[in-house]
Amino acid sequence: MSVILKTQKLRVEFRSREMRQATKVALNGLDLEVRAGEVFGFLGPNGAGKTTTMNVLLGFVPPTSGEASLFGIDVRQPIARQRIGYLPEMTYYYKFLSAEELLRFYAKIFGLARGEADKRIDRLLKLVELEHARKRPIKSYSKGMQQRVGLAQALINNPDLLILDEPTSGLDPLGRMKVREIIQRLKDEGKTVFFSSHELGEVETICDRVAIIHQGELKAIGGVHEIIGRHTSLEKAFLEIIGFQTPPTP
Amino acid sequence: MKNIFAVAGIVIKELYRRKDFYVLFIVTILICLVMASVNIFNDAKIVRYLKEICLLLIWICSLVIAVTTTARQIPAERENRTLLPLLAKPLTRPQLLFGKFLGCWLACGLALLCFYVFFGALAATREHQWPLLDYFQAATLHWFMLGIVVAMVLLGSLVFAAPSSNNTICFVIIVGILFVGRHLDQVALTLREPLRTVVYSIYFVIPHLELFDVRDLVIHNWPLIPWLYFSLALLYALGYMAVFLAGACLVFRRKAVN
Repeated sequence: MSVILKTQKLRVEFRSREMRQATKVALNGLDLEVRAGEVFGFLGPNGAGKTTTMNVLLGFVPPTSGEASLFGIDVRQPIARQRIGYLPEMTYYYKFLSAEELLRFYAKIFGLARGEADKRIDRLLKLVELEHARKRPIKSYSKGMQQRVGLAQALINNPDLLILDEPTSGLDPLGRMKVREIIQRLKDEGKTVFFSSHELGEVETICDRVAIIHQGELKAIGGVHEIIGRHTSLEKAFLEIIGFQTPPTP
Repeated sequence: MKNIFAVAGIVIKELYRRKDFYVLFIVTILICLVMASVNIFNDAKIVRYLKEICLLLIWICSLVIAVTTTARQIPAERENRTLLPLLAKPLTRPQLLFGKFLGCWLACGLALLCFYVFFGALAATREHQWPLLDYFQAATLHWFMLGIVVAMVLLGSLVFAAPSSNNTICFVIIVGILFVGRHLDQVALTLREPLRTVVYSIYFVIPHLELFDVRDLVIHNWPLIPWLYFSLALLYALGYMAVFLAGACLVFRRKAVN
């Protein structure tokens, strides 16, 4: 399988105003490879550098050193983003638009012809189960529905690679299940999905491979079963890898 | 260009789906209709006062719409995080800025059209005439002045963190230019160096928004502005719009989006 997302010795430093211009290392020598057609889970505690990695991949943050590429193209070139879909964490889409109008707007940015855009919007609204609410303004949607609109916008260009930043964050169990089902369906369609999550149970269920990052450094990478190893679950393996000591029971 | 028009379309939709414009438009209509219903001092020329008040309200409303609509564009995109999925698509930052500018400017143009149609209808009921070319010149100059304002506020929205501070600062600058701008050269003459050079520099650098205020033309039914001067004024406005937008592009290029 070909590698479609690659980072090599990726390092990102920020200068913090709060810390009187002290340098904070957000990523330190990150090496990642995501292959075509796999669902790749990107795990780590809060502040580990997951979102920063995604921001570098999307060209929002320039790397201090190292390289990052999508489909073999440097992420700093806008053309690298032509074949990707992105769902950021906790986004509140334009409240005055309906789901259909929002998707039409994004379709215009990808230069889709009207007929093609109509077909794709119908298919996506069916996929995310929002056909019944397509004309309603987004401000009337529940959080789960908004997240599913987000997934639909990420798929409007029929991308080969999906980058999802905590797609199930803040959703109820039903909402989480629906998002999980969509990711599973995308996997069956042969899409590559790169996503971060704190829901280790769902990562265990749907991911082919995972990477665990802590304090900006890659701690483990491999198949889900490989990472679980001698542990009973991914959660236990994750806690050990990031160096968390379980307090002894009294 | 399609990306710029797509972004502009969203801005226009936002304006006509929010209540701001309708509230201002209805308030203007009500004030003017109440004033039109009485004839103080039984003066036959009272229509001039009516036209003056109506145009003053149109100017105030148009500035409020232009400044508040533009000031919230980029900060709202950042706050709601819609900037992230937008820039993750093949849309460049200058395209986003030009789209926002065009959207706000066209939205102001549509609002202005409604206001001037009402103004024309109100004046016609009293004067029984439609000096369309006068209205065209006044409205076009007004719209181009709003173009400078929109570009300036867009730049301000990238420089100042909060939309409220941007609103206040821009309103102070605009009102200051409209009231004091034309007198700065005379003020400079009364000052000593180096203050004189400073005030002169300000006089030559600021966009003279008062040049676009030709309300007297339609109030007193004066002859038309020569078309050459009219065109030069539009070019002057386009020049300032380009300068502010170039500044906004430079600031936005370095701005963190997350």
